[in-house]
Amino acid sequence: MLKFIVPLVLFVILIIFLSIGLKNDPRYIPSPLIDKPAPAFNLPRLFAPEAKFSPELLKGKVWLLNAWTSDCVGCRQEHPYLLNLASQKIVSLVGLNYRDSNHLAKSLLNKTGNPYRIVVTDNKGSVGIDYGVYAVPETFLIDRKGVIRYKYIGPLGPDEIKNTLLPLINKLKQEPA
Amino acid sequence: MRLVTKTILSFLILLTLNGISLSLHAGVEIREFSKAEEERRYHKLIDELRCLVCQNQNLADSNSQLAQDLRAKVYEMVTTNKTDREVTDYMVQRYGEYVLYNPPLDPVTSILWIGPLVGLLVAIMLLLFNIYKRGKAQPVKLSDEDRKRMEKLLDENEDKKDDDK
Repeated sequence: MLKFIVPLVLFVILIIFLSIGLKNDPRYIPSPLIDKPAPAFNLPRLFAPEAKFSPELLKGKVWLLNAWTSDCVGCRQEHPYLLNLASQKIVSLVGLNYRDSNHLAKSLLNKTGNPYRIVVTDNKGSVGIDYGVYAVPETFLIDRKGVIRYKYIGPLGPDEIKNTLLPLINKLKQEPA
Repeated sequence: MRLVTKTILSFLILLTLNGISLSLHAGVEIREFSKAEEERRYHKLIDELRCLVCQNQNLADSNSQLAQDLRAKVYEMVTTNKTDREVTDYMVQRYGEYVLYNPPLDPVTSILWIGPLVGLLVAIMLLLFNIYKRGKAQPVKLSDEDRKRMEKLLDENEDKKDDDK
Protein backbone atom coordinates (compact mmCIF):
# COMPACT_ATOMS: atom_id res chain seq x y z
CA MET A 1 0.00 0.00 0.00
CA LEU A 2 2.78 2.43 1.00
CA LYS A 3 4.32 1.72 -2.39
CA PHE A 4 1.43 3.51 -4.04
CA ILE A 5 0.75 6.20 -1.47
CA VAL A 6 4.27 7.63 -1.35
CA PRO A 7 4.61 8.27 -5.11
CA LEU A 8 1.03 9.54 -5.19
CA VAL A 9 1.71 12.06 -2.41
CA LEU A 10 4.95 13.15 -4.12
CA PHE A 11 3.08 13.53 -7.40
CA VAL A 12 0.35 15.63 -5.81
CA ILE A 13 2.96 17.89 -4.19
CA LEU A 14 4.68 18.27 -7.57
CA ILE A 15 1.38 19.15 -9.24
CA ILE A 16 0.64 21.76 -6.57
CA PHE A 17 4.03 23.39 -7.08
CA LEU A 18 3.71 23.31 -10.85
CA SER A 19 0.22 24.82 -10.81
CA ILE A 20 1.41 27.63 -8.53
CA GLY A 21 4.24 28.14 -11.03
CA LEU A 22 1.76 28.36 -13.90
CA LYS A 23 -0.10 31.16 -12.17
CA ASN A 24 3.06 33.19 -11.53
CA ASP A 25 3.84 35.83 -14.09
CA PRO A 26 7.49 35.42 -15.12
CA ARG A 27 7.52 39.08 -16.20
CA TYR A 28 6.76 40.18 -12.68
CA ILE A 29 9.94 40.70 -10.75
CA PRO A 30 9.55 42.24 -7.28
CA SER A 31 11.31 45.57 -7.23
CA PRO A 32 13.98 46.04 -4.57
CA LEU A 33 13.13 49.75 -4.67
CA ILE A 34 9.85 49.42 -2.77
CA ASP A 35 10.05 51.36 0.51
CA LYS A 36 13.31 52.95 -0.62
CA PRO A 37 13.70 56.66 -1.40
CA ALA A 38 12.99 57.42 -5.05
CA PRO A 39 16.39 57.80 -6.75
CA ALA A 40 17.23 61.46 -7.34
CA PHE A 41 17.59 62.85 -10.85
CA ASN A 42 17.60 66.16 -12.60
CA LEU A 43 16.31 65.87 -16.15
CA PRO A 44 15.19 68.38 -18.79
CA ARG A 45 11.46 68.68 -19.37
CA LEU A 46 10.07 67.60 -22.72
CA PHE A 47 8.03 70.74 -23.34
CA ALA A 48 10.46 73.14 -21.63
CA PRO A 49 13.98 71.70 -22.00
CA GLU A 50 15.62 74.68 -20.32
CA ALA A 51 13.64 73.93 -17.13
CA LYS A 52 14.67 70.83 -15.26
CA PHE A 53 12.68 68.60 -13.00
CA SER A 54 13.83 66.60 -10.03
CA PRO A 55 11.75 64.50 -7.59
CA GLU A 56 12.73 66.94 -4.79
CA LEU A 57 10.24 69.42 -6.24
CA LEU A 58 7.30 67.15 -5.43
CA LYS A 59 8.28 66.44 -1.82
CA GLY A 60 5.21 66.59 0.37
CA LYS A 61 2.98 65.34 -2.44
CA VAL A 62 1.85 61.89 -3.47
CA TRP A 63 2.71 61.39 -7.14
CA LEU A 64 3.09 58.85 -9.89
CA LEU A 65 6.12 58.35 -12.07
CA ASN A 66 5.20 56.60 -15.31
CA ALA A 67 7.97 55.34 -17.58
CA TRP A 68 6.87 55.30 -21.20
CA THR A 69 8.05 55.57 -24.80
CA SER A 70 6.29 56.64 -27.97
CA ASP A 71 6.86 53.26 -29.66
CA CYS A 72 5.56 51.04 -26.87
CA VAL A 73 2.27 49.27 -27.39
CA GLY A 74 1.47 48.85 -23.70
CA CYS A 75 1.91 52.60 -23.18
CA ARG A 76 -0.70 53.37 -25.82
CA GLN A 77 -2.96 50.80 -24.21
CA GLU A 78 -2.86 52.51 -20.81
CA HIS A 79 -2.88 56.01 -22.24
CA PRO A 80 -6.68 56.62 -22.15
CA TYR A 81 -6.80 55.39 -18.53
CA LEU A 82 -3.98 57.73 -17.61
CA LEU A 83 -5.86 60.60 -19.26
CA ASN A 84 -8.91 59.67 -17.23
CA LEU A 85 -6.88 59.46 -14.02
CA ALA A 86 -5.31 62.86 -14.75
CA SER A 87 -8.72 64.44 -15.31
CA GLN A 88 -9.77 63.38 -11.81
CA LYS A 89 -6.98 65.59 -10.40
CA ILE A 90 -6.29 63.23 -7.52
CA VAL A 91 -2.61 62.69 -8.10
CA SER A 92 0.18 64.30 -10.11
CA LEU A 93 1.43 62.21 -13.00
CA VAL A 94 5.03 62.62 -14.06
CA GLY A 95 6.06 60.96 -17.31
CA LEU A 96 9.55 59.54 -17.67
CA ASN A 97 10.10 59.43 -21.40
CA TYR A 98 12.60 56.59 -21.47
CA ARG A 99 15.18 56.33 -24.26
CA ASP A 100 12.96 58.00 -26.80
CA SER A 101 13.23 60.75 -29.38
CA ASN A 102 11.90 64.07 -28.04
CA HIS A 103 10.31 64.77 -31.36
CA LEU A 104 8.31 61.53 -31.51
CA ALA A 105 7.29 61.81 -27.87
CA LYS A 106 6.04 65.37 -28.32
CA SER A 107 4.08 64.66 -31.46
CA LEU A 108 2.43 61.61 -29.89
CA LEU A 109 1.32 63.59 -26.82
CA ASN A 110 0.10 66.47 -29.00
CA LYS A 111 -1.94 64.05 -31.04
CA THR A 112 -3.39 61.79 -28.36
CA GLY A 113 -3.49 64.10 -25.36
CA ASN A 114 -1.11 64.63 -22.47
CA PRO A 115 -1.98 63.06 -19.12
CA TYR A 116 1.25 64.24 -17.49
CA ARG A 117 1.75 67.32 -15.40
CA ILE A 118 5.42 67.13 -16.27
CA VAL A 119 7.28 64.95 -18.76
CA VAL A 120 11.02 64.50 -18.35
CA THR A 121 13.31 63.15 -21.03
CA ASP A 122 15.70 60.34 -20.16
CA ASN A 123 17.30 60.04 -23.59
CA LYS A 124 20.25 57.97 -22.40
CA GLY A 125 18.19 55.72 -20.14
CA SER A 126 20.39 56.31 -17.10
CA VAL A 127 17.50 57.31 -14.83
CA GLY A 128 15.62 54.27 -16.13
CA ILE A 129 18.51 52.13 -14.89
CA ASP A 130 18.38 53.82 -11.47
CA TYR A 131 14.69 52.99 -11.24
CA GLY A 132 15.25 49.44 -12.45
CA VAL A 133 13.03 49.96 -15.49
CA TYR A 134 13.19 46.93 -17.76
CA ALA A 135 9.88 46.82 -19.59
CA VAL A 136 7.89 49.97 -20.29
CA PRO A 137 5.30 50.93 -19.21
CA GLU A 138 6.17 50.88 -15.52
CA THR A 139 4.51 53.01 -12.89
CA PHE A 140 5.91 54.02 -9.49
CA LEU A 141 3.84 55.47 -6.67
CA ILE A 142 5.84 57.86 -4.53
CA ASP A 143 4.68 59.07 -1.12
CA ARG A 144 4.91 62.47 0.55
CA LYS A 145 8.32 61.66 1.99
CA GLY A 146 9.69 60.81 -1.45
CA VAL A 147 9.68 57.05 -0.84
CA ILE A 148 8.59 54.56 -3.54
CA ARG A 149 5.64 52.65 -2.09
CA TYR A 150 4.33 50.68 -5.03
CA LYS A 151 5.39 49.66 -8.51
CA TYR A 152 3.22 48.41 -11.31
CA ILE A 153 4.79 46.72 -14.32
CA GLY A 154 2.85 46.68 -17.57
CA PRO A 155 -0.09 48.72 -18.86
CA LEU A 156 -2.41 50.05 -16.16
CA GLY A 157 -6.05 49.16 -16.71
CA PRO A 158 -9.21 50.57 -15.12
CA ASP A 159 -9.30 47.70 -12.60
CA GLU A 160 -5.77 48.22 -11.30
CA ILE A 161 -6.36 51.96 -11.06
CA LYS A 162 -9.67 51.65 -9.25
CA ASN A 163 -8.92 48.70 -6.98
CA THR A 164 -5.25 49.12 -6.16
CA LEU A 165 -3.85 52.48 -7.11
CA LEU A 166 -6.58 54.88 -5.96
CA PRO A 167 -7.11 53.29 -2.49
CA LEU A 168 -3.34 53.31 -1.97
CA ILE A 169 -3.07 56.95 -3.09
CA ASN A 170 -5.83 57.95 -0.67
CA LYS A 171 -4.09 56.09 2.12
CA LEU A 172 -0.74 57.69 1.39
CA LYS A 173 -2.33 61.14 1.34
CA GLN A 174 -3.36 60.64 4.98
CA GLU A 175 0.22 59.97 6.04
CA PRO A 176 2.27 62.86 7.44
CA ALA A 177 4.80 64.40 5.09
CA MET B 1 38.92 4.76 -45.82
CA ARG B 2 37.90 7.90 -47.65
CA LEU B 3 34.65 7.98 -45.76
CA VAL B 4 36.50 7.86 -42.46
CA THR B 5 38.76 10.75 -43.44
CA LYS B 6 35.75 12.72 -44.57
CA THR B 7 33.92 12.13 -41.32
CA ILE B 8 36.92 13.13 -39.26
CA LEU B 9 37.43 16.22 -41.38
CA SER B 10 33.85 17.39 -41.12
CA PHE B 11 33.93 16.75 -37.40
CA LEU B 12 37.03 18.93 -37.09
CA ILE B 13 35.41 21.67 -39.15
CA LEU B 14 32.33 21.56 -36.95
CA LEU B 15 34.48 21.82 -33.85
CA THR B 16 36.30 24.84 -35.22
CA LEU B 17 33.07 26.58 -36.17
CA ASN B 18 31.70 25.88 -32.76
CA GLY B 19 34.80 27.42 -31.21
CA ILE B 20 34.36 30.53 -33.32
CA SER B 21 30.72 30.99 -32.39
CA LEU B 22 31.58 30.55 -28.72
CA SER B 23 34.12 33.33 -28.89
CA LEU B 24 31.70 35.56 -30.80
CA HIS B 25 28.80 35.28 -28.41
CA ALA B 26 30.08 37.68 -25.79
CA GLY B 27 28.83 41.30 -26.07
CA VAL B 28 29.08 42.68 -29.59
CA GLU B 29 30.63 46.02 -28.72
CA ILE B 30 34.33 46.45 -29.14
CA ARG B 31 35.75 47.45 -25.81
CA GLU B 32 39.25 48.52 -25.03
CA PHE B 33 40.86 47.58 -21.79
CA SER B 34 44.15 48.83 -20.49
CA LYS B 35 44.53 45.75 -18.31
CA ALA B 36 43.85 42.13 -19.22
CA GLU B 37 42.51 41.62 -15.71
CA GLU B 38 39.78 44.21 -16.31
CA GLU B 39 38.77 42.51 -19.54
CA ARG B 40 38.53 39.16 -17.80
CA ARG B 41 36.39 40.66 -15.03
CA TYR B 42 34.15 42.45 -17.54
CA HIS B 43 33.44 39.21 -19.40
CA LYS B 44 32.92 37.28 -16.20
CA LEU B 45 30.41 39.86 -14.93
CA ILE B 46 28.34 40.11 -18.09
CA ASP B 47 28.24 36.32 -18.16
CA GLU B 48 26.89 36.18 -14.61
CA LEU B 49 24.28 38.92 -14.88
CA ARG B 50 20.86 38.20 -16.26
CA CYS B 51 19.19 40.36 -18.87
CA LEU B 52 15.74 41.32 -17.59
CA VAL B 53 14.22 41.85 -21.00
CA CYS B 54 15.00 38.41 -22.42
CA GLN B 55 14.97 36.50 -19.19
CA ASN B 56 16.84 33.40 -20.17
CA GLN B 57 19.82 35.25 -21.54
CA ASN B 58 22.68 36.88 -19.73
CA LEU B 59 23.96 40.37 -20.45
CA ALA B 60 26.63 38.97 -22.73
CA ASP B 61 24.18 37.15 -24.97
CA SER B 62 21.36 39.64 -25.14
CA ASN B 63 21.05 42.30 -27.78
CA SER B 64 18.27 44.25 -26.12
CA GLN B 65 18.69 47.96 -25.55
CA LEU B 66 18.74 47.46 -21.81
CA ALA B 67 21.45 44.79 -22.02
CA GLN B 68 23.56 47.15 -24.13
CA ASP B 69 23.10 49.93 -21.57
CA LEU B 70 23.94 47.61 -18.70
CA ARG B 71 27.03 46.25 -20.49
CA ALA B 72 28.17 49.84 -20.92
CA LYS B 73 27.56 50.40 -17.20
CA VAL B 74 29.54 47.29 -16.25
CA TYR B 75 32.37 48.42 -18.55
CA GLU B 76 32.37 51.86 -16.99
CA MET B 77 32.41 50.45 -13.47
CA VAL B 78 35.12 47.86 -14.17
CA THR B 79 37.41 50.41 -15.82
CA THR B 80 36.93 52.87 -12.96
CA ASN B 81 38.31 50.41 -10.43
CA LYS B 82 35.03 49.20 -8.96
CA THR B 83 35.14 45.73 -7.47
CA ASP B 84 33.02 42.84 -8.77
CA ARG B 85 31.01 43.10 -5.58
CA GLU B 86 30.27 46.77 -6.22
CA VAL B 87 29.06 45.99 -9.73
CA THR B 88 26.73 43.18 -8.65
CA ASP B 89 25.48 45.26 -5.69
CA TYR B 90 24.69 48.08 -8.10
CA MET B 91 22.60 45.76 -10.25
CA VAL B 92 20.89 44.07 -7.29
CA GLN B 93 19.92 47.44 -5.78
CA ARG B 94 18.07 48.29 -8.99
CA TYR B 95 16.76 45.02 -10.35
CA GLY B 96 16.78 42.70 -7.34
CA GLU B 97 18.62 39.44 -6.81
CA TYR B 98 16.86 38.13 -9.86
CA VAL B 99 19.70 39.58 -11.99
CA LEU B 100 22.20 37.19 -10.46
CA TYR B 101 22.58 33.86 -12.21
CA ASN B 102 24.55 32.83 -9.18
CA PRO B 103 22.22 33.70 -6.29
CA PRO B 104 23.71 34.31 -2.84
CA LEU B 105 22.89 31.96 0.01
CA ASP B 106 20.18 33.54 2.17
CA PRO B 107 16.97 32.25 3.81
CA VAL B 108 14.95 32.70 0.61
CA THR B 109 17.40 30.96 -1.70
CA SER B 110 18.50 28.32 0.80
CA ILE B 111 16.06 25.78 -0.67
CA LEU B 112 17.88 26.17 -4.01
CA TRP B 113 21.22 25.42 -2.46
CA ILE B 114 20.29 22.84 0.15
CA GLY B 115 17.33 21.21 -1.65
CA PRO B 116 19.37 19.04 -4.06
CA LEU B 117 21.68 17.92 -1.23
CA VAL B 118 18.71 16.93 0.92
CA GLY B 119 17.22 15.08 -2.06
CA LEU B 120 20.48 13.20 -2.60
CA LEU B 121 20.71 12.29 1.10
CA VAL B 122 17.12 11.01 1.14
CA ALA B 123 17.77 8.96 -2.01
CA ILE B 124 20.93 7.42 -0.54
CA MET B 125 19.11 6.61 2.71
CA LEU B 126 16.24 4.96 0.83
CA LEU B 127 18.71 2.97 -1.24
CA LEU B 128 20.65 1.78 1.83
CA PHE B 129 17.42 0.94 3.61
CA ASN B 130 16.25 -1.13 0.66
CA ILE B 131 19.55 -2.96 0.36
CA TYR B 132 19.47 -3.69 4.08
CA LYS B 133 15.89 -4.93 3.88
CA ARG B 134 16.66 -7.18 0.96
CA GLY B 135 19.69 -8.67 2.71
CA LYS B 136 17.58 -9.55 5.73
CA ALA B 137 14.72 -11.08 3.78
CA GLN B 138 14.44 -14.86 4.38
CA PRO B 139 13.70 -17.19 1.49
CA VAL B 140 10.11 -18.35 1.77
CA LYS B 141 9.80 -21.86 3.15
CA LEU B 142 7.30 -23.95 1.27
CA SER B 143 5.31 -26.66 2.94
CA ASP B 144 5.42 -30.07 1.23
CA GLU B 145 1.89 -29.57 0.00
CA ASP B 146 2.72 -26.20 -1.61
CA ARG B 147 5.85 -27.65 -3.18
CA LYS B 148 3.84 -30.38 -4.80
CA ARG B 149 1.31 -27.88 -6.12
CA MET B 150 4.07 -25.75 -7.50
CA GLU B 151 5.73 -28.65 -9.27
CA LYS B 152 2.41 -29.68 -10.71
CA LEU B 153 1.78 -26.18 -12.03
CA LEU B 154 5.24 -25.99 -13.52
CA ASP B 155 4.82 -29.38 -15.19
CA GLU B 156 1.50 -28.30 -16.66
CA ASN B 157 3.16 -25.24 -18.02
CA GLU B 158 5.89 -27.31 -19.63
CA ASP B 159 3.26 -29.53 -21.23
CA LYS B 160 1.46 -26.54 -22.62
CA LYS B 161 4.65 -25.22 -24.14
CA ASP B 162 5.20 -28.56 -25.84
CA ASP B 163 1.66 -28.44 -27.19
CA ASP B 164 2.31 -25.05 -28.71
CA LYS B 165 5.07 -26.54 -30.75
